[in-house]
Amino acid sequence: MSIGLEHYLILSAVLFAIGLYGALAKRNAIIILMSIELMLNAVNITMVAFSRYIVPTLLTGQVFAIFIIVVAAAEATVGLAIIIAIYRNRETIDATEVNLMKW
Amino acid sequence: MGLAVAFWILAVIGILAALGVVLLRNVFRAALSLILCFIAIAGIYVTLHADFLAAVQILIYVGAISILIIIAIMLTREVQYGSPSNKLRIPAFIVSILFLGAVTFVMLNTRWQVSSLAPQEPTTSALAGKLFGAGGFILPVEIAALLLLAAIIGAIVLVREK
Repeated sequence: MSIGLEHYLILSAVLFAIGLYGALAKRNAIIILMSIELMLNAVNITMVAFSRYIVPTLLTGQVFAIFIIVVAAAEATVGLAIIIAIYRNRETIDATEVNLMKW
Repeated sequence: MGLAVAFWILAVIGILAALGVVLLRNVFRAALSLILCFIAIAGIYVTLHADFLAAVQILIYVGAISILIIIAIMLTREVQYGSPSNKLRIPAFIVSILFLGAVTFVMLNTRWQVSSLAPQEPTTSALAGKLFGAGGFILPVEIAALLLLAAIIGAIVLVREK
């Protein structure tokens, strides 16, 4: 059986759901950040799949995927810097214990 | 046919590695599993005829972001506590399953207008034309450069010793 657009969409949906679960359910801030990267990658797969199957000659989805990768790199850099700063101040990166701004 | 076999192998590896990210007890092994998932996604890009994006995926995700994550894991010394779940584990699982079901239902019941044209290959020069050519994305490229500069400065300021 040949591979179509739906296969890629469902693969990216599964990866996004796994990343969503990790981002919601984990306590280690680095694992949460890794789950967010997973979700961004799932979205990228969707972009490239739409670009390949709906408009094969325009490449717009691939351009969007490049910008998503740029933003993801910036987000990972700042996110990990924030995590290291939190660890330096509070000796923990447990997301349930970093609750200074919780009401 | 070869494309289908490659897709199934890469999809299974990618999903298993992604499950490893959220299920493995050891944070360091979870990071290695994430790297494996990134490599599988680069392979998925190859099956989608996106050769430039596959190279970018290897360079940026497998090369740079994973190194950043591993350095952060080493600097924070949290490996001993493992990767515990918070008390929202069951609701998070239910939300994820509901999301997956809803999205899959929508995706399978939409009539996508799949084009029968052959994909463009190689994509590098075409992407350069898109990004830098007339009527392209030159303004977002400049903004992306500014964003990266701001991220670099922000990261340095955040982790600098007082």
